[in-house]
Amino acid sequence: MPSVGGRWLRDVIGVLLIVAAGLAGYWLFPDNLALLTRVIAVALLVLSLDLITGYCGVASLGQASLFGAGAYASGIACVNGVTEPLTLIAIGAVAGAMAGLLMGTIMLRAHGLAQLVLSIAIVQLFHEAANKASAYTGGSDGLSGLMVSPLFGMFEFDLWGRTAYLFGLALLVGVFIALKFIVSSPFGMLCRGIKQDPVRIRAMGAYVFPVLLKMFVISGAVAGTGGALAAISTQVVGLDSVSFELSANALVMLVLGGLGTLYGALVGTVIFMGFEHIVSAINPFHWMTMVGALLIAVVLVAPGGLSGLSERIFQSGKSMKGGRR
Amino acid sequence: MQTILSIAIDAFAYGMALFIICIGLSLTMGLMRVVNLAHGAFAMIAGYIASYAARDLGLGYAIAIFLAIIGTVVISIPLERLLYRRIYGSPELTQVLMTIGITFCIIGITNYFFGPTLKTIPLPESLSQPVDLGIRTIAGHRLFVMACGVLVAVGLWYLIEKTDFGIKLRATVDNAAMADALGVRTPVIYAISFAIAIGLAALGGVVGAEFLPIEPYYALRYMVTFLVVVSVGGAGSIPGAVVACLLLGAIDTTGRYLMPEFGNFFFYAAVIAIVCVFPRGFFGRAQ
Repeated sequence: MPSVGGRWLRDVIGVLLIVAAGLAGYWLFPDNLALLTRVIAVALLVLSLDLITGYCGVASLGQASLFGAGAYASGIACVNGVTEPLTLIAIGAVAGAMAGLLMGTIMLRAHGLAQLVLSIAIVQLFHEAANKASAYTGGSDGLSGLMVSPLFGMFEFDLWGRTAYLFGLALLVGVFIALKFIVSSPFGMLCRGIKQDPVRIRAMGAYVFPVLLKMFVISGAVAGTGGALAAISTQVVGLDSVSFELSANALVMLVLGGLGTLYGALVGTVIFMGFEHIVSAINPFHWMTMVGALLIAVVLVAPGGLSGLSERIFQSGKSMKGGRR
Repeated sequence: MQTILSIAIDAFAYGMALFIICIGLSLTMGLMRVVNLAHGAFAMIAGYIASYAARDLGLGYAIAIFLAIIGTVVISIPLERLLYRRIYGSPELTQVLMTIGITFCIIGITNYFFGPTLKTIPLPESLSQPVDLGIRTIAGHRLFVMACGVLVAVGLWYLIEKTDFGIKLRATVDNAAMADALGVRTPVIYAISFAIAIGLAALGGVVGAEFLPIEPYYALRYMVTFLVVVSVGGAGSIPGAVVACLLLGAIDTTGRYLMPEFGNFFFYAAVIAIVCVFPRGFFGRAQ
């Protein structure tokens, strides 16, 4: 365990690295900013999934219902005249948190496989509801015509998506710093304890259910922020934002990057979406096979996800330097 | 009355088709503790083999089913040896990642070789004609599916409860290390039960093709349905799977008949209600 000062330094460097990588993306790929903004929105979704799966041990295949709740709430608000971007993000976060409260209340009744199935059933119900309430959500055509007013009244959301990207990057960094504080707080430690041994935590006198529910609400707020960002940047909310496929992809990205570290969630998202983008551009027929092969390879080579792999390499390097195993 | 009867018959046949596919998944999840999301992919492979044999080669329906089962099991053996064996006993999320990867690969390869179109499996004369049962006529194929389902349920029950192999299987499930110490060759037991599970998926994929049409995204489209059925029934339980398949089949079919515009709504609402009341499924074992 590094000292408190060392941990602070590491986190500051980590955040600076994220900012640097984000700005590098801005300069290196000026034509792909829409894709990069999408990556940031999905990264928020994967971070939110990491909170409940990586830190609390509650696996979910329905996280997109929180993302979609945020996206649709801010989309509907925008169509009805609320066009200030920060307000829209706040609306998305609140809607996501409310959906998280609902979803947590239902999901925490079960354990293991049943929990996973409940999460699937919830996202399918959200999907059906968004499909049927076409008067508000546009149904399968999607909700279009979102006209967002300039950020702070100055920065227009332009055709190239520069404002949207930088706005998203700032949002991601802000959320990331907030989550770093949350997961290293006593509350975050309690969640990790629950993940390792809920019975023992209960014996120590803590109430498990309210703690997990609180994490669900926080997770919902993060996912809702991501959904609102996706809605603002693309100006369209489609049914795919509340689909099982998106939820499953989010879980895959998380496990790919490594559970239980916030960096792992970001790394997994960037690598998965980058890989998917490149492979589907090279050969649209084979991208699914390639993605599948990547997943199998990760399980065989790096069972702890990519961040677990880098940690292992780092540690073995260190022990080699020390001259002993 | 006529509507109720036809809904009941359709629901029963659909439930039985679901049962044949899902019981294999229930076995792998309950007995071997592997969350095999690629189960539907094996049913799909069987459907493609049967379609190729019956439509393109012009072989009989029975031969097509037989070839499909054999072919799918043969394909699954190297997968079990090389991939599945490494994830026995792994955390669930690792298993999910691996089996989703396998599903993606199979979908991608099938799409490349057979194209994205729907494949049909032509039925023989005797099954495509309606059969008169006295009270009313039923499509022969529906009767055939029902018979297969009942046969599979009784056969499996006999295999697990009454035979020597069943005793070893149950011992391995309850305590693999102890069974191993007592001389049960657990790797062999695992391999055989995996083969049985895949064979049942293959059978279900072929005879259920009328309800769940064969196309490349079959594996992904019905993955959720299969998983839901198994967890509602309780993983590893045959009576649980029967009840869950019949109940969910009935809910789904009734919903489609009476309120087609609400699609899956009833199905998933019912699933949430059932899982909240029975968190371990109808006949799940306490963990």
